Amino acid sequence: MDPLTDRTRARAAADAAARASYGRLLALLAARDGDIQRAEDALAEAFERALTHWPADGVPDNPDGWLLTVARNRLRDVYRSAAYRTSVPPGTGPEPAVPPEEADPDRIGDRRLELMFVCAHPAIEAGIRTPLMLQTVLGVEAADIAAAFAVPAPTMAQRLVRAKRRIRDARIPFRIPARPEVPARLPPVLEAVYGAYAIDWRGAAPEVRGSLTGDALTLALLLADLLPEPEVLGLAALLCFSLARADARETDGVLVPLDEQDVGRWDTALIERGEALLRRALAGPAGLRDAHADPGAGPPDPSDPPGRFRLEAAIQSVHCARARTGRTDWPALVTLHRALLRVAPTLGGRVALAAVVARVDGARAGLAALDEIAAADPASGRFQPLWATRAHLLAALGAGDEARAAYDKSRSLTTDPAVRAFLADRSVATG
Amino acid sequence: MRYTILLHYPEMTPEELGPGGWEEGEREFQAYATALDQAGVLLSAEVLQPSSSTTTVAVRDGELRVQDGPFADTKEQLGGTFVVDVPDLDAALVWAQKAPSVQWGTVEVRPSATHFENGAWTR
Repeated sequence: MDPLTDRTRARAAADAAARASYGRLLALLAARDGDIQRAEDALAEAFERALTHWPADGVPDNPDGWLLTVARNRLRDVYRSAAYRTSVPPGTGPEPAVPPEEADPDRIGDRRLELMFVCAHPAIEAGIRTPLMLQTVLGVEAADIAAAFAVPAPTMAQRLVRAKRRIRDARIPFRIPARPEVPARLPPVLEAVYGAYAIDWRGAAPEVRGSLTGDALTLALLLADLLPEPEVLGLAALLCFSLARADARETDGVLVPLDEQDVGRWDTALIERGEALLRRALAGPAGLRDAHADPGAGPPDPSDPPGRFRLEAAIQSVHCARARTGRTDWPALVTLHRALLRVAPTLGGRVALAAVVARVDGARAGLAALDEIAAADPASGRFQPLWATRAHLLAALGAGDEARAAYDKSRSLTTDPAVRAFLADRSVATG
Repeated sequence: MRYTILLHYPEMTPEELGPGGWEEGEREFQAYATALDQAGVLLSAEVLQPSSSTTTVAVRDGELRVQDGPFADTKEQLGGTFVVDVPDLDAALVWAQKAPSVQWGTVEVRPSATHFENGAWTR
Protein backbone atom coordinates (compact mmCIF):
# COMPACT_ATOMS: atom_id res chain seq x y z
CA MET A 1 0.00 0.00 0.00
CA ASP A 2 1.13 3.54 -0.64
CA PRO A 3 2.88 4.63 2.57
CA LEU A 4 1.93 8.25 2.00
CA THR A 5 -1.77 7.41 1.87
CA ASP A 6 -1.32 5.42 5.04
CA ARG A 7 0.31 8.29 6.79
CA THR A 8 -2.40 10.64 5.60
CA ARG A 9 -5.07 8.25 6.78
CA ALA A 10 -3.39 7.85 10.17
CA ARG A 11 -3.12 11.60 10.55
CA ALA A 12 -6.76 12.02 9.63
CA ALA A 13 -7.74 9.37 12.18
CA ALA A 14 -5.58 11.02 14.85
CA ASP A 15 -7.07 14.43 14.05
CA ALA A 16 -10.60 13.08 14.22
CA ALA A 17 -9.83 11.37 17.52
CA ALA A 18 -8.30 14.58 18.79
CA ARG A 19 -11.32 16.68 17.96
CA ALA A 20 -13.96 14.22 19.11
CA SER A 21 -12.40 12.94 22.26
CA TYR A 22 -9.64 15.25 23.41
CA GLY A 23 -11.60 16.67 26.33
CA ARG A 24 -13.01 13.30 27.20
CA LEU A 25 -9.59 11.66 27.46
CA LEU A 26 -8.07 14.64 29.23
CA ALA A 27 -10.85 14.70 31.83
CA LEU A 28 -10.31 11.00 32.51
CA LEU A 29 -6.55 11.40 32.83
CA ALA A 30 -6.68 14.52 35.00
CA ALA A 31 -9.59 13.58 37.26
CA ARG A 32 -7.63 11.42 39.65
CA ASP A 33 -5.14 13.96 40.99
CA GLY A 34 -6.21 17.16 39.28
CA ASP A 35 -2.89 17.62 37.47
CA ILE A 36 -4.19 18.90 34.12
CA GLN A 37 -0.77 19.94 32.84
CA ARG A 38 0.69 16.48 33.35
CA ALA A 39 -2.37 14.86 31.78
CA GLU A 40 -2.04 17.21 28.77
CA ASP A 41 1.61 16.28 28.34
CA ALA A 42 0.83 12.56 28.53
CA LEU A 43 -2.03 12.91 26.07
CA ALA A 44 0.09 14.95 23.66
CA GLU A 45 2.68 12.23 23.74
CA ALA A 46 0.02 9.58 23.07
CA PHE A 47 -1.15 11.54 19.99
CA GLU A 48 2.44 11.83 18.80
CA ARG A 49 2.94 8.07 19.20
CA ALA A 50 -0.30 7.50 17.27
CA LEU A 51 1.13 9.44 14.34
CA THR A 52 4.19 7.22 14.19
CA HIS A 53 2.51 3.88 15.02
CA TRP A 54 -0.80 4.03 13.19
CA PRO A 55 0.66 4.36 9.67
CA ALA A 56 2.80 1.26 10.31
CA ASP A 57 0.40 -0.89 12.35
CA GLY A 58 -2.94 0.40 11.06
CA VAL A 59 -5.49 2.48 12.95
CA PRO A 60 -6.65 0.51 16.01
CA ASP A 61 -10.31 -0.57 16.34
CA ASN A 62 -10.69 1.60 19.39
CA PRO A 63 -8.50 4.68 18.83
CA ASP A 64 -9.64 6.32 22.07
CA GLY A 65 -8.81 3.23 24.08
CA TRP A 66 -5.38 3.05 22.44
CA LEU A 67 -4.67 6.71 23.23
CA LEU A 68 -5.91 6.35 26.79
CA THR A 69 -3.72 3.31 27.43
CA VAL A 70 -0.60 4.96 26.04
CA ALA A 71 -1.22 8.19 27.97
CA ARG A 72 -1.92 6.25 31.14
CA ASN A 73 1.27 4.26 30.80
CA ARG A 74 3.13 7.49 30.28
CA LEU A 75 1.66 8.91 33.51
CA ARG A 76 2.63 5.73 35.34
CA ASP A 77 6.21 6.11 34.12
CA VAL A 78 6.27 9.71 35.31
CA TYR A 79 5.09 8.78 38.79
CA ARG A 80 7.60 5.96 39.02
CA SER A 81 10.46 8.14 37.87
CA ALA A 82 13.09 9.15 40.36
CA ALA A 83 12.73 12.76 39.29
CA TYR A 84 9.10 12.82 40.32
CA ARG A 85 9.70 11.01 43.60
CA THR A 86 12.48 13.34 44.63
CA SER A 87 10.49 16.42 43.59
CA VAL A 88 7.86 15.87 46.28
CA PRO A 89 8.58 15.08 49.92
CA PRO A 90 7.49 11.56 50.90
CA GLY A 91 3.84 11.29 51.83
CA THR A 92 2.89 14.72 50.55
CA GLY A 93 2.55 14.05 46.83
CA PRO A 94 -0.77 13.30 45.21
CA GLU A 95 -1.85 9.73 44.64
CA PRO A 96 -0.56 8.38 41.34
CA ALA A 97 -2.89 9.69 38.68
CA VAL A 98 -3.32 6.43 36.88
CA PRO A 99 -6.98 5.77 36.23
CA PRO A 100 -8.38 2.22 36.51
CA GLU A 101 -7.17 -0.40 34.08
CA GLU A 102 -10.29 -0.25 31.93
CA ALA A 103 -9.15 0.47 28.39
CA ASP A 104 -12.47 1.50 26.88
CA PRO A 105 -13.21 5.17 27.61
CA ASP A 106 -16.89 4.59 26.84
CA ARG A 107 -17.16 2.20 29.75
CA ILE A 108 -15.36 4.46 32.19
CA GLY A 109 -17.80 7.24 31.60
CA ASP A 110 -17.55 10.90 30.84
CA ARG A 111 -15.78 13.22 33.26
CA ARG A 112 -16.03 16.33 31.11
CA LEU A 113 -18.82 17.78 33.24
CA GLU A 114 -16.53 17.53 36.27
CA LEU A 115 -13.79 19.20 34.23
CA MET A 116 -16.13 22.07 33.34
CA PHE A 117 -17.00 22.60 37.00
CA VAL A 118 -13.28 22.64 37.79
CA CYS A 119 -12.58 25.25 35.09
CA ALA A 120 -15.34 27.52 36.43
CA HIS A 121 -14.61 26.90 40.11
CA PRO A 122 -15.00 30.00 42.32
CA ALA A 123 -11.31 29.68 43.27
CA ILE A 124 -10.32 30.20 39.62
CA GLU A 125 -10.04 33.80 38.46
CA ALA A 126 -13.17 34.64 36.41
CA GLY A 127 -11.25 35.97 33.40
CA ILE A 128 -9.39 32.72 32.76
CA ARG A 129 -12.36 30.33 33.08
CA THR A 130 -13.45 30.54 29.45
CA PRO A 131 -9.92 30.11 28.03
CA LEU A 132 -9.33 27.20 30.39
CA MET A 133 -12.52 25.49 29.28
CA LEU A 134 -11.76 26.01 25.58
CA GLN A 135 -8.30 24.56 26.01
CA THR A 136 -9.07 21.57 28.23
CA VAL A 137 -12.57 20.53 27.13
CA LEU A 138 -12.22 21.19 23.40
CA GLY A 139 -8.47 21.15 22.92
CA VAL A 140 -8.36 24.62 21.31
CA GLU A 141 -4.76 25.79 20.84
CA ALA A 142 -3.57 28.38 23.37
CA ALA A 143 -2.38 30.64 20.51
CA ASP A 144 -5.90 30.70 18.99
CA ILE A 145 -7.43 31.48 22.37
CA ALA A 146 -4.90 34.29 22.86
CA ALA A 147 -5.77 35.72 19.44
CA ALA A 148 -9.48 35.67 20.23
CA PHE A 149 -8.98 37.43 23.55
CA ALA A 150 -6.49 39.91 22.02
CA VAL A 151 -3.88 38.96 24.59
CA PRO A 152 -0.24 38.21 23.67
CA ALA A 153 0.20 34.43 23.26
CA PRO A 154 2.91 34.11 25.94
CA THR A 155 0.68 36.01 28.40
CA MET A 156 -2.28 33.73 27.73
CA ALA A 157 -0.10 30.61 27.97
CA GLN A 158 1.26 31.81 31.30
CA ARG A 159 -2.19 32.54 32.70
CA LEU A 160 -3.43 29.10 31.65
CA VAL A 161 -0.43 27.40 33.26
CA ARG A 162 -0.97 29.37 36.46
CA ALA A 163 -4.65 28.40 36.60
CA LYS A 164 -3.82 24.73 36.07
CA ARG A 165 -1.15 24.84 38.75
CA ARG A 166 -3.71 26.33 41.09
CA ILE A 167 -6.20 23.56 40.33
CA ARG A 168 -3.53 20.98 41.13
CA ASP A 169 -2.02 22.65 44.20
CA ALA A 170 -5.31 23.68 45.79
CA ARG A 171 -6.71 20.25 44.95
CA ILE A 172 -9.89 21.55 43.33
CA PRO A 173 -11.92 18.35 43.16
CA PHE A 174 -13.18 16.80 39.92
CA ARG A 175 -16.74 16.28 41.01
CA ILE A 176 -20.27 17.32 40.12
CA PRO A 177 -21.60 19.58 42.88
CA ALA A 178 -24.36 18.18 45.08
CA ARG A 179 -27.87 19.51 44.47
CA PRO A 180 -27.80 22.25 47.15
CA GLU A 181 -24.56 23.65 45.71
CA VAL A 182 -25.83 23.83 42.15
CA PRO A 183 -27.49 27.28 42.32
CA ALA A 184 -24.14 28.76 43.32
CA ARG A 185 -21.87 26.60 41.18
CA LEU A 186 -23.75 26.43 37.89
CA PRO A 187 -23.90 30.17 36.97
CA PRO A 188 -20.10 30.53 36.62
CA VAL A 189 -20.07 27.49 34.32
CA LEU A 190 -22.80 29.06 32.18
CA GLU A 191 -20.97 32.40 32.17
CA ALA A 192 -17.75 30.71 31.06
CA VAL A 193 -19.47 28.94 28.16
CA TYR A 194 -21.32 32.13 27.19
CA GLY A 195 -17.97 33.93 27.45
CA ALA A 196 -16.67 31.90 24.52
CA TYR A 197 -19.49 33.33 22.42
CA ALA A 198 -19.45 36.89 23.74
CA ILE A 199 -15.73 37.55 23.33
CA ASP A 200 -14.96 41.16 22.51
CA TRP A 201 -13.50 40.48 19.10
CA ARG A 202 -11.03 43.34 18.91
CA GLY A 203 -8.51 42.60 16.28
CA ALA A 204 -9.35 38.92 15.97
CA ALA A 205 -9.10 37.54 12.45
CA PRO A 206 -12.49 36.54 10.98
CA GLU A 207 -11.47 32.87 10.75
CA VAL A 208 -10.56 32.76 14.47
CA ARG A 209 -13.83 34.47 15.26
CA GLY A 210 -15.85 31.97 13.23
CA SER A 211 -14.23 28.90 14.70
CA LEU A 212 -14.47 30.11 18.30
CA THR A 213 -18.16 30.99 18.13
CA GLY A 214 -18.64 27.44 16.80
CA ASP A 215 -16.66 26.20 19.79
CA ALA A 216 -18.97 28.11 22.12
CA LEU A 217 -21.96 26.28 20.65
CA THR A 218 -20.14 22.94 20.95
CA LEU A 219 -19.47 23.64 24.63
CA ALA A 220 -23.08 24.70 25.25
CA LEU A 221 -24.51 21.62 23.52
CA LEU A 222 -22.09 19.37 25.39
CA LEU A 223 -23.11 20.94 28.69
CA ALA A 224 -26.79 20.57 27.79
CA ASP A 225 -26.14 16.92 27.03
CA LEU A 226 -24.32 16.23 30.29
CA LEU A 227 -26.47 18.42 32.54
CA PRO A 228 -29.93 19.12 31.07
CA GLU A 229 -30.85 21.76 33.65
CA PRO A 230 -33.33 24.43 32.45
CA GLU A 231 -30.79 27.26 32.40
CA VAL A 232 -28.24 25.07 30.63
CA LEU A 233 -30.79 24.18 27.95
CA GLY A 234 -31.69 27.86 27.74
CA LEU A 235 -28.07 28.82 27.10
CA ALA A 236 -27.69 26.18 24.38
CA ALA A 237 -30.93 27.41 22.76
CA LEU A 238 -29.73 31.03 22.95
CA LEU A 239 -26.49 30.20 21.15
CA CYS A 240 -28.37 28.21 18.47
CA PHE A 241 -30.65 31.19 17.75
CA SER A 242 -27.79 33.72 17.77
CA LEU A 243 -25.49 31.69 15.54
CA ALA A 244 -28.35 30.83 13.17
CA ARG A 245 -28.37 34.50 12.16
CA ALA A 246 -24.61 34.99 11.91
CA ASP A 247 -24.55 35.07 8.09
CA ALA A 248 -27.33 37.64 7.85
CA ARG A 249 -25.73 40.08 10.27
CA GLU A 250 -23.54 41.86 7.72
CA THR A 251 -23.85 42.73 4.05
CA ASP A 252 -20.78 44.08 2.26
CA GLY A 253 -19.19 45.04 5.55
CA VAL A 254 -22.24 46.91 6.82
CA LEU A 255 -24.21 45.77 9.85
CA VAL A 256 -27.80 44.69 9.19
CA PRO A 257 -30.00 45.16 12.28
CA LEU A 258 -31.99 42.15 13.45
CA ASP A 259 -35.42 43.28 12.28
CA GLU A 260 -34.11 44.09 8.79
CA GLN A 261 -32.21 40.85 8.22
CA ASP A 262 -33.09 38.64 5.27
CA VAL A 263 -34.65 35.58 6.92
CA GLY A 264 -33.62 33.56 3.88
CA ARG A 265 -30.05 33.83 5.18
CA TRP A 266 -30.92 32.41 8.59
CA ASP A 267 -29.99 28.81 9.37
CA THR A 268 -33.41 27.19 9.84
CA ALA A 269 -32.00 23.85 11.04
CA LEU A 270 -30.13 25.61 13.83
CA ILE A 271 -33.26 27.61 14.72
CA GLU A 272 -35.26 24.37 14.98
CA ARG A 273 -32.58 22.93 17.20
CA GLY A 274 -32.85 26.01 19.39
CA GLU A 275 -36.63 25.66 19.55
CA ALA A 276 -36.37 22.03 20.69
CA LEU A 277 -33.89 23.00 23.41
CA LEU A 278 -36.03 25.93 24.54
CA ARG A 279 -39.13 23.72 24.80
CA ARG A 280 -37.22 21.37 27.09
CA ALA A 281 -35.82 24.32 29.05
CA LEU A 282 -39.26 25.75 29.71
CA ALA A 283 -40.77 22.36 30.59
CA GLY A 284 -39.16 22.66 34.01
CA PRO A 285 -36.23 21.31 35.97
CA ALA A 286 -35.40 17.70 35.27
CA GLY A 287 -31.72 17.02 34.78
CA LEU A 288 -29.97 16.94 38.12
CA ARG A 289 -33.15 15.97 39.91
CA ASP A 290 -33.36 12.79 37.87
CA ALA A 291 -29.67 12.18 38.37
CA HIS A 292 -30.09 12.52 42.11
CA ALA A 293 -33.24 10.38 42.09
CA ASP A 294 -35.43 12.92 43.79
CA PRO A 295 -38.83 11.18 43.97
CA GLY A 296 -40.70 14.41 44.64
CA ALA A 297 -39.60 16.03 41.39
CA GLY A 298 -42.44 17.01 39.16
CA PRO A 299 -42.64 19.09 36.00
CA PRO A 300 -42.86 22.87 35.99
CA ASP A 301 -41.87 24.29 39.31
CA PRO A 302 -43.52 27.66 39.88
CA SER A 303 -40.84 28.55 42.44
CA ASP A 304 -38.24 28.28 39.67
CA PRO A 305 -38.91 31.31 37.46
CA PRO A 306 -36.94 31.38 34.19
CA GLY A 307 -33.41 32.67 34.60
CA ARG A 308 -31.38 34.93 32.37
CA PHE A 309 -30.49 32.43 29.68
CA ARG A 310 -34.00 30.98 29.30
CA LEU A 311 -35.38 34.51 28.96
CA GLU A 312 -32.71 35.58 26.48
CA ALA A 313 -33.37 32.41 24.48
CA ALA A 314 -37.11 33.12 24.55
CA ILE A 315 -36.45 36.67 23.27
CA GLN A 316 -34.30 35.31 20.44
CA SER A 317 -36.97 32.71 19.67
CA VAL A 318 -39.56 35.47 19.20
CA HIS A 319 -37.21 37.25 16.77
CA CYS A 320 -36.48 34.03 14.89
CA ALA A 321 -40.21 33.31 14.55
CA ARG A 322 -40.29 36.04 11.90
CA ALA A 323 -38.81 33.49 9.51
CA ARG A 324 -42.05 31.44 9.83
CA THR A 325 -44.71 34.07 10.49
CA GLY A 326 -43.31 37.09 8.64
CA ARG A 327 -43.90 39.32 11.66
CA THR A 328 -42.43 40.09 15.07
CA ASP A 329 -44.52 39.85 18.23
CA TRP A 330 -43.36 43.10 19.89
CA PRO A 331 -45.76 42.97 22.90
CA ALA A 332 -44.36 39.52 23.78
CA LEU A 333 -40.86 41.01 23.58
CA VAL A 334 -41.82 43.81 26.00
CA THR A 335 -43.00 41.19 28.52
CA LEU A 336 -39.86 39.09 28.09
CA HIS A 337 -37.46 42.06 28.31
CA ARG A 338 -39.20 43.23 31.51
CA ALA A 339 -38.81 39.76 33.01
CA LEU A 340 -35.16 39.67 31.94
CA LEU A 341 -34.47 43.02 33.63
CA ARG A 342 -35.84 41.64 36.90
CA VAL A 343 -33.30 38.78 36.94
CA ALA A 344 -30.45 40.60 35.15
CA PRO A 345 -30.66 44.39 35.57
CA THR A 346 -28.09 45.64 33.07
CA LEU A 347 -27.71 48.85 31.11
CA GLY A 348 -27.90 46.86 27.87
CA GLY A 349 -31.13 45.24 29.05
CA ARG A 350 -32.72 48.60 29.88
CA VAL A 351 -31.84 50.04 26.47
CA ALA A 352 -33.19 46.93 24.73
CA LEU A 353 -36.45 47.27 26.65
CA ALA A 354 -36.73 50.94 25.61
CA ALA A 355 -36.29 49.87 21.98
CA VAL A 356 -39.11 47.32 22.09
CA VAL A 357 -41.35 49.67 24.10
CA ALA A 358 -40.94 52.12 21.21
CA ARG A 359 -42.24 49.42 18.84
CA VAL A 360 -45.38 48.95 20.89
CA ASP A 361 -46.09 52.41 22.35
CA GLY A 362 -44.35 54.59 19.80
CA ALA A 363 -41.01 56.38 19.44
CA ARG A 364 -41.89 59.03 22.03
CA ALA A 365 -42.42 56.38 24.72
CA GLY A 366 -39.09 54.83 23.77
CA LEU A 367 -37.29 58.17 24.01
CA ALA A 368 -38.87 58.83 27.40
CA ALA A 369 -37.55 55.46 28.58
CA LEU A 370 -34.07 56.35 27.27
CA ASP A 371 -34.18 59.71 29.08
CA GLU A 372 -35.01 57.88 32.31
CA ILE A 373 -32.03 55.57 31.79
CA ALA A 374 -29.71 58.49 31.06
CA ALA A 375 -30.88 60.37 34.16
CA ALA A 376 -30.38 57.35 36.41
CA ASP A 377 -26.99 56.22 35.12
CA PRO A 378 -24.27 58.74 34.13
CA ALA A 379 -22.23 55.92 32.51
CA SER A 380 -25.01 55.52 29.94
CA GLY A 381 -23.68 58.65 28.19
CA ARG A 382 -20.81 56.51 26.90
CA PHE A 383 -23.01 53.53 26.07
CA GLN A 384 -23.03 53.11 22.30
CA PRO A 385 -26.33 51.13 21.95
CA LEU A 386 -28.19 53.85 23.85
CA TRP A 387 -27.08 56.48 21.32
CA ALA A 388 -27.89 54.22 18.38
CA THR A 389 -31.38 53.57 19.75
CA ARG A 390 -31.92 57.27 20.47
CA ALA A 391 -30.82 58.16 16.93
CA HIS A 392 -33.19 55.60 15.44
CA LEU A 393 -36.16 56.90 17.44
CA LEU A 394 -35.36 60.56 16.73
CA ALA A 395 -35.18 59.74 13.01
CA ALA A 396 -38.57 58.02 13.25
CA LEU A 397 -40.00 61.24 14.72
CA GLY A 398 -38.49 63.29 11.92
CA ALA A 399 -36.05 65.13 14.19
CA GLY A 400 -33.33 65.04 11.55
CA ASP A 401 -30.62 67.22 13.13
CA GLU A 402 -30.87 65.58 16.53
CA ALA A 403 -31.00 62.13 14.94
CA ARG A 404 -27.86 62.79 12.91
CA ALA A 405 -26.03 64.07 15.99
CA ALA A 406 -27.03 60.95 17.90
CA TYR A 407 -25.96 58.67 15.03
CA ASP A 408 -22.59 60.42 14.92
CA LYS A 409 -22.16 60.18 18.70
CA SER A 410 -23.06 56.50 18.55
CA ARG A 411 -20.58 55.92 15.75
CA SER A 412 -17.81 57.64 17.69
CA LEU A 413 -18.29 55.13 20.51
CA THR A 414 -17.56 52.00 18.50
CA THR A 415 -14.49 50.74 16.68
CA ASP A 416 -16.38 47.95 14.87
CA PRO A 417 -16.13 48.77 11.12
CA ALA A 418 -19.50 47.14 10.22
CA VAL A 419 -21.32 49.06 12.96
CA ARG A 420 -19.55 52.30 12.01
CA ALA A 421 -20.50 51.84 8.36
CA PHE A 422 -24.13 51.14 9.27
CA LEU A 423 -24.40 54.22 11.50
CA ALA A 424 -22.73 56.42 8.89
CA ASP A 425 -25.24 55.23 6.27
CA ARG A 426 -28.15 55.95 8.61
CA SER A 427 -26.84 59.37 9.48
CA VAL A 428 -26.60 60.26 5.79
CA ALA A 429 -30.04 58.79 5.03
CA THR A 430 -31.70 60.81 7.79
CA GLY A 431 -33.38 63.67 6.03
CA MET B 1 -11.07 67.39 18.56
CA ARG B 2 -7.49 66.13 18.51
CA TYR B 3 -6.12 63.75 21.11
CA THR B 4 -2.72 62.17 21.42
CA ILE B 5 -2.75 58.57 22.59
CA LEU B 6 0.57 58.04 24.37
CA LEU B 7 1.74 54.50 24.90
CA HIS B 8 3.95 53.88 27.92
CA TYR B 9 5.28 50.42 28.54
CA PRO B 10 8.26 48.52 29.91
CA GLU B 11 10.80 48.07 27.14
CA MET B 12 11.50 44.51 26.11
CA THR B 13 13.94 42.95 23.69
CA PRO B 14 12.85 40.33 21.16
CA GLU B 15 14.68 37.78 23.35
CA GLU B 16 12.66 38.78 26.41
CA LEU B 17 9.44 38.61 24.43
CA GLY B 18 10.09 35.01 23.47
CA PRO B 19 9.56 33.22 20.17
CA GLY B 20 6.94 34.87 18.03
CA GLY B 21 6.29 37.59 20.60
CA TRP B 22 7.84 40.37 18.53
CA GLU B 23 6.01 39.36 15.34
CA GLU B 24 2.77 39.16 17.26
CA GLY B 25 3.28 42.69 18.55
CA GLU B 26 3.93 43.89 15.01
CA ARG B 27 0.77 42.20 13.75
CA GLU B 28 -1.28 43.80 16.53
CA PHE B 29 0.09 47.27 15.83
CA GLN B 30 -0.57 46.77 12.13
CA ALA B 31 -4.19 45.82 12.88
CA TYR B 32 -4.61 48.75 15.28
CA ALA B 33 -3.23 51.38 12.93
CA THR B 34 -5.27 49.95 10.05
CA ALA B 35 -8.46 50.10 12.12
CA LEU B 36 -7.80 53.75 13.09
CA ASP B 37 -6.96 54.62 9.51
CA GLN B 38 -10.02 52.93 8.02
CA ALA B 39 -12.27 54.60 10.57
CA GLY B 40 -10.88 57.90 9.28
CA VAL B 41 -9.71 59.14 12.68
CA LEU B 42 -5.92 58.70 12.40
CA LEU B 43 -3.71 61.78 11.93
CA SER B 44 -0.31 60.28 12.69
CA ALA B 45 1.24 57.19 14.21
CA GLU B 46 4.77 56.77 15.53
CA VAL B 47 6.38 53.82 17.25
CA LEU B 48 9.64 54.87 18.88
CA GLN B 49 13.02 53.20 19.21
CA PRO B 50 13.86 52.07 22.75
CA SER B 51 14.84 54.82 25.19
CA SER B 52 18.44 53.54 25.10
CA SER B 53 18.73 55.25 21.72
CA THR B 54 17.33 58.56 22.91
CA THR B 55 19.36 61.71 23.41
CA THR B 56 18.33 64.51 25.72
CA VAL B 57 19.32 68.11 25.05
CA ALA B 58 19.13 71.01 27.50
CA VAL B 59 20.80 74.38 27.97
CA ARG B 60 21.65 75.22 31.58
CA ASP B 61 23.54 78.34 32.64
CA GLY B 62 24.16 79.08 28.99
CA GLU B 63 25.81 75.74 28.51
CA LEU B 64 24.56 73.09 26.13
CA ARG B 65 24.16 69.74 27.78
CA VAL B 66 23.69 66.75 25.56
CA GLN B 67 22.81 63.67 27.55
CA ASP B 68 22.89 60.13 26.35
CA GLY B 69 19.57 58.61 27.45
CA PRO B 70 16.17 59.71 28.77
CA PHE B 71 15.32 62.23 31.51
CA ALA B 72 14.14 59.75 34.05
CA ASP B 73 14.93 56.15 34.66
CA THR B 74 11.44 54.73 35.08
CA LYS B 75 10.08 51.26 34.49
CA GLU B 76 7.76 52.39 31.71
CA GLN B 77 8.98 54.50 28.80
CA LEU B 78 7.15 56.36 26.10
CA GLY B 79 7.03 53.84 23.27
CA GLY B 80 4.74 55.38 20.70
CA THR B 81 2.13 58.00 19.92
CA PHE B 82 -1.06 58.03 17.90
CA VAL B 83 -2.67 61.36 17.11
CA VAL B 84 -6.39 60.97 16.44
CA ASP B 85 -9.23 63.28 15.53
CA VAL B 86 -12.45 62.20 17.24
CA PRO B 87 -15.49 64.09 18.55
CA ASP B 88 -14.82 63.84 22.29
CA LEU B 89 -12.99 62.11 25.13
CA ASP B 90 -15.39 59.16 25.22
CA ALA B 91 -14.56 58.37 21.61
CA ALA B 92 -10.83 58.80 22.28
CA LEU B 93 -11.08 56.37 25.19
CA VAL B 94 -12.84 53.79 23.01
CA TRP B 95 -9.81 53.81 20.70
CA ALA B 96 -7.26 54.04 23.51
CA GLN B 97 -8.50 50.84 25.10
CA LYS B 98 -7.95 49.01 21.80
CA ALA B 99 -4.24 49.90 21.73
CA PRO B 100 -2.27 46.65 21.82
CA SER B 101 0.00 47.85 24.61
CA VAL B 102 -2.98 48.36 26.95
CA GLN B 103 -2.27 44.70 27.79
CA TRP B 104 1.23 45.32 29.10
CA GLY B 105 1.59 49.06 29.69
CA THR B 106 -0.28 52.27 30.38
CA VAL B 107 -2.14 54.21 27.73
CA GLU B 108 -2.48 57.94 28.27
CA VAL B 109 -5.04 60.05 26.44
CA ARG B 110 -4.22 63.77 26.29
CA PRO B 111 -6.26 66.40 24.44
CA SER B 112 -4.42 68.77 22.14
CA ALA B 113 -4.35 72.38 23.28
CA THR B 114 -3.57 73.66 19.81
CA HIS B 115 -1.79 72.46 16.71
CA PHE B 116 0.12 74.11 13.93
CA GLU B 117 -1.70 74.25 10.63
CA ASN B 118 -1.28 76.44 7.53
CA GLY B 119 1.41 78.55 9.14
CA ALA B 120 -0.35 79.27 12.40
CA TRP B 121 -1.30 77.75 15.72
CA THR B 122 -4.98 77.02 15.77
CA ARG B 123 -7.20 78.67 18.35
